Amino acid sequence: MTDSGAGVVIVGAGHAGGTVAALLRQYGFEGKITLLGEEPIAPYQRPPLSKAWLKGEADAESLALKPLSFYAEAGIELILSAKVTEIHRSAHTVSLADGRVIPYSTLILATGARARSLDIPGVDLAGVLTLRSAADAEALKALLGPGKRLAVIGGGYIGLEAAASARALGADAVVIEREPRILARVACQVLSDFFTDYHRRHGVAFEVNAQVERLEGAGGKVTGVRLADGRVIACDVALIGVGAPPNDELAKDAGLECAGGVVVDEEARTSDPDIFAIGDVSRRPMTHYGRMFRLESVANALEQARLAASAITGRPPAAQEVTWNWSDQYDLKYQFAGVPFDVDDVLVRGDPAAAKFAVFHLKGDVIQAVEAVNAPAEFMAGRQLIGQRRPISRAKLADTAISMKEVAA
Amino acid sequence: MAKITYIEHSGAEHVLDVKTGLSVMEGAVKNNIPGIDADCGGACACATCHVYVDEAWKDKVGTPSAMEESMLDFAENVEPNSRLSCQIKVTDELDGLVVRMPESQH
Repeated sequence: MTDSGAGVVIVGAGHAGGTVAALLRQYGFEGKITLLGEEPIAPYQRPPLSKAWLKGEADAESLALKPLSFYAEAGIELILSAKVTEIHRSAHTVSLADGRVIPYSTLILATGARARSLDIPGVDLAGVLTLRSAADAEALKALLGPGKRLAVIGGGYIGLEAAASARALGADAVVIEREPRILARVACQVLSDFFTDYHRRHGVAFEVNAQVERLEGAGGKVTGVRLADGRVIACDVALIGVGAPPNDELAKDAGLECAGGVVVDEEARTSDPDIFAIGDVSRRPMTHYGRMFRLESVANALEQARLAASAITGRPPAAQEVTWNWSDQYDLKYQFAGVPFDVDDVLVRGDPAAAKFAVFHLKGDVIQAVEAVNAPAEFMAGRQLIGQRRPISRAKLADTAISMKEVAA
Repeated sequence: MAKITYIEHSGAEHVLDVKTGLSVMEGAVKNNIPGIDADCGGACACATCHVYVDEAWKDKVGTPSAMEESMLDFAENVEPNSRLSCQIKVTDELDGLVVRMPESQH
C-alpha cells in the first residue's frame, strides 16, 4: 500500500542525495523528506577531497553542501550513520540496520559507488588506504608530509590528484599502473603522455606495465608494494585507486533492473515507477550517443538530482546535458566533456608542450568528446558542439588562429 | 559580513548576510537560493554560477581573470556586467552588493 503522506525517502546523503533533497524544497515540494546517510556527517562535496582539501586549501565548512542548520529549517529529516538494509517495494518501506522501518511514497536511491579494493595479501596493513569519503581523506592527509612517500596503485584521476597534492605537502609520490600508460581507461594517449611528463617534472615517479603482487609490511604497517617482477617500491602510505563499482545491491535485492548500476530512464526513474536512482549508482540513457552508460561525476549527480526533483514536482524535464567533469593538478585546469564513443579520429588543437591545448575526439566531422588543458574556450565551445551533433570543419578546429567562437559559428 | 541582495530572474529578492571570505556563489548556495547552480563547487570549471553585477558595483567587484572570461564567453545570455559568482570573494567593501541571476544556468 502506498502511503501518500510518507513523502520522499532518499537513500544516500552524498552529493546527489543532498542536492535532490534541497532541490525538492526549491521546486516547491511540501511533503515529508527523509534523507538517510551511512556516513556520520551531512552531505558534502567529494571532489575537493583529493584536490584543495588534501592540500589544506579548503576546510570542512566549505566542503559541506549546506550548513547543518539548513536541514531542520527546510523540514528535511536528516538521519546520519544509518544503513539501509532492505527495500520492501510492495509495502513501500525501507528497513534500517538498527531495526527502524521508514515508509515512503517515492524512494530515491543515491547510494553512489565505493572504492574498489584489491584482492592481494597485505591490503589490511595500516597505511593502505582508498579515497572516497572525508574520513578516508583525513586518514590519508594525516600520513602525508615531508619525508613521507606515497605509492599510488592505479593511474586514474584520483591517484594523480592525490600524487599532486602529496607533492604539494612535501611528500614523495610514485604512481604504479598496470596498463602501459596512465589514464588508460579514461583519456587518450596524448593526455596520458602530457600528464606523465607534467607529473614527472613535479617529482612524481611512474611504474607502468606494473602488476602489483602484494603489499609488504612491518609491525602491521605498510612498507612497500611488491611487483610481479620481484621489485619492491618502498612507501609509507599506499593509496589504492582502481575504480569504483556501484552500490546497487539494495536495488538488485529488491528486484529492480540493474546492469552494472541501476537502470533508469530519461527522468532518472528505475523499473519501479515509485523509485528513482541518481548519481554514480545509476546506468542512464545518453541521448547524444544513443546508448546507456554509467557516469561517475558531480555533473551527472546534479543533473539527475534536477531530473528526479522535476519529475516528482511535475516540472517539465530539461533537455539532456552534455556530460562533463574536471580535474585540478598543480596549476593545470583539466576539463573534459562528452564520452569518446565510436571515435575514428583524434585532433589536437594547441600545444601540449605549452600546457595549453585540447584534444577533440571525432566521429567523422562530429565531435564526440573534448579534453581541454588550460583551454576553457575549447572546453565550453566543444561541449556546446557535442550537444548540437553537427559537423564542424576540421581545418578550422586545428587552427588556433581561428577562435573557437568562429569554429562553433 | 556583507549584506548581499540576490535577485532571481523571476524578480524574487533574497537579502542575505554573507560571511567575509566566502564567495558570492557560496552565499547563495549555502542558503539554498534558487538560480545559482555552481555544479563544480567553485572551481571555475563550469560557468553555472553566472550573475549580472549591478552597474553601481562593477568596479568594486574587480575584473574577471582570463580563465573566467573564457568561460563566460560561452555562457548563455552574457552581458558586459556578467561574472561567475564563485570568483567574487565577499569583503566588507561589498556590503550592499546587488546581483541578478540569468533565466537559466544550463
